[in-house]
Amino acid sequence: MEASVIADLVDQVRQLLAARRAEQPTDPLATLTGMAVGQDTPPTDPALARLLPDFHASDVDMAGGLRVLHEPDLIAAKDADAVTLLDSLPRGGGTVRLDEPTAQAWLRALNDVRLAMGVRLDITDDDEEPAALIADPEGPTAAMYHTYRWLSGVQDSLVTALMD
Amino acid sequence: MTSSAPLTEQVIDTDEVTAADVPWVTIVWNDPVNLMSYVTYIFTSVLGHPRPRAEKLMLDVHRKGRATVSSGTREQMEADVAKLHGAGLWATMAQDK
Repeated sequence: MEASVIADLVDQVRQLLAARRAEQPTDPLATLTGMAVGQDTPPTDPALARLLPDFHASDVDMAGGLRVLHEPDLIAAKDADAVTLLDSLPRGGGTVRLDEPTAQAWLRALNDVRLAMGVRLDITDDDEEPAALIADPEGPTAAMYHTYRWLSGVQDSLVTALMD
Repeated sequence: MTSSAPLTEQVIDTDEVTAADVPWVTIVWNDPVNLMSYVTYIFTSVLGHPRPRAEKLMLDVHRKGRATVSSGTREQMEADVAKLHGAGLWATMAQDK
């Protein structure tokens, strides 16, 4: 059932983000001001690292400083998009009707799922199939890749609908 | 060599440019996962580019590996990068030398 597949994948991204949020340093000033403080180094998990990229390509200090400032909000925004998507899924199936803000949240949440899958599948080329799939066309990678391609189609249809 | 008269201390170094004068840019990098349609949509909706320009920038990202998608002050670029990260694009800021 398609909705449950999407819900499961979106949930996995939420868990990934939650694990990162749990690592946020407890800063006394942050507790006082209510401002969350992020870590100053990128995540070691490559899927998380792709979801939470650096602000600067080479200046490590600048990238670290901006990560501390911005990462909590980015995690919160991505989680909010995931929740919007989950809340809009019909219980027991059926067609989904999305207003524009909900559709935009879907776009971002689906994109996050595909980014995480892309890292796990080691998708490095725009058009070619990942190496793991070519090596084992019948294995578990095939199912994951099939789901990834299907989600790409869903996201693409949504963008087309929003652009018109 | 002994130092000369202090007149030289009055000379303004015309090569010196304050950090605020050097423009900053936002760069978007190619990512095999991001859909061309989605990237174009983000360039129009988040950065406010008209559709033809958004498509051109998207193709630059796709073909050349990267494109400069906005320019301005450091603070403005920080805001743009944050918004693009929110949309899932791989974006960084850099000083435009």
